[in-house]
Amino acid sequence: MTDISAIGEANERAALSIGGAEVGDYLALMKPRVMSLVVFTALVGLVVAPGHVHPVIGFTALLCIAVGAGASGALNMWYDSDIDAVMTRTARRPVPAGRILPGEALAFGLTLAIGSVAVLGLLVSHLAAALLAFTIFFYVVVYTMWLKRSTPLNIVIGGAAGALPPIIGWAAATGGIALYPILMFLIIFLWTPPHFWALSLNRMGEYARAGVPMLPVVAGRAETQRQILVYSLILAPIGVAPWPLGLAGAAYGVVAIAAGLTMAVLAWRLWAAAPGQPTEQAAKRLFAFSIGYLFLLFAVLLAEHAVVTG
Amino acid sequence: MSEGPEPGIVPTAEQKRRQRARSIAIAVTLAALVVLFYVVTIVKLGPRILIRPL
Repeated sequence: MTDISAIGEANERAALSIGGAEVGDYLALMKPRVMSLVVFTALVGLVVAPGHVHPVIGFTALLCIAVGAGASGALNMWYDSDIDAVMTRTARRPVPAGRILPGEALAFGLTLAIGSVAVLGLLVSHLAAALLAFTIFFYVVVYTMWLKRSTPLNIVIGGAAGALPPIIGWAAATGGIALYPILMFLIIFLWTPPHFWALSLNRMGEYARAGVPMLPVVAGRAETQRQILVYSLILAPIGVAPWPLGLAGAAYGVVAIAAGLTMAVLAWRLWAAAPGQPTEQAAKRLFAFSIGYLFLLFAVLLAEHAVVTG
Repeated sequence: MSEGPEPGIVPTAEQKRRQRARSIAIAVTLAALVVLFYVVTIVKLGPRILIRPL
């Protein structure tokens, strides 16, 4: 028997979608805030690389990396619309809110993914294009489709996708990979777990309701706070490493030490909270500082390079 | 009783405005891509690409 009400609902959604989505909804599908961090770290990788990159080629590379990141975001929102719908932070995204149909998000994401990789490969560098394709694949298939719903290590392993942009930027400039961009990768890779776990500590209920096995949901607050501290303590010296290795200057070293210590102290305060004591503020402070930490380190790398090359 | 063709989905004025905005965004994107490919071609192949014999 045909379910008339279901057809009516589908038509209504189709009608809504035909004229419902603003241009801004498609921009939102590309996760612009995540994209901005991706573009910034890729820019640093591209600029600090040895040699000269023509500004037009550099701009093209960054545009492709930005669009590739947007494609990942759109494909993530297509696949995760069921999860997004039950979490207050994400329920107003274009797909769960019904402004864009899942199929449209899928088509949009695939078009951007294929286009960005093809243009990067044809106009800039084959290696950079291969790395961008791998990043999109890793974020969408490995992280979104597999790890996110199956293991509390989801953001630990999945964080590799967000850490690759500096390597892509470097590869776009030089056609190769070196120790320096690998260190930048490691900094972002080790920064991701404490950053996201600090956020998820205050959203445990939502993740549990959505069936996402984030670490706080699976292992509890105390274990998450312990792991945040462990990752922050590993991150701090790795963050400083470009300085003693001669890849960055003293200004970077001083900033990285100060920022790493602050991150470690905030993580320690969160961990040291007595059982049952509210940790919401401590987690919020760590989350907010972690954003500044990453931005600061990469901004100083960029500034030092600008000063050195005059 | 004869019935005319079903009206189907008739967009409202607001939906038409949004559709138009999306179409303009696509057109602007395509035009920007044309400019980008043109400029990158000159950058990669050099300005002499413009004066080569046909």
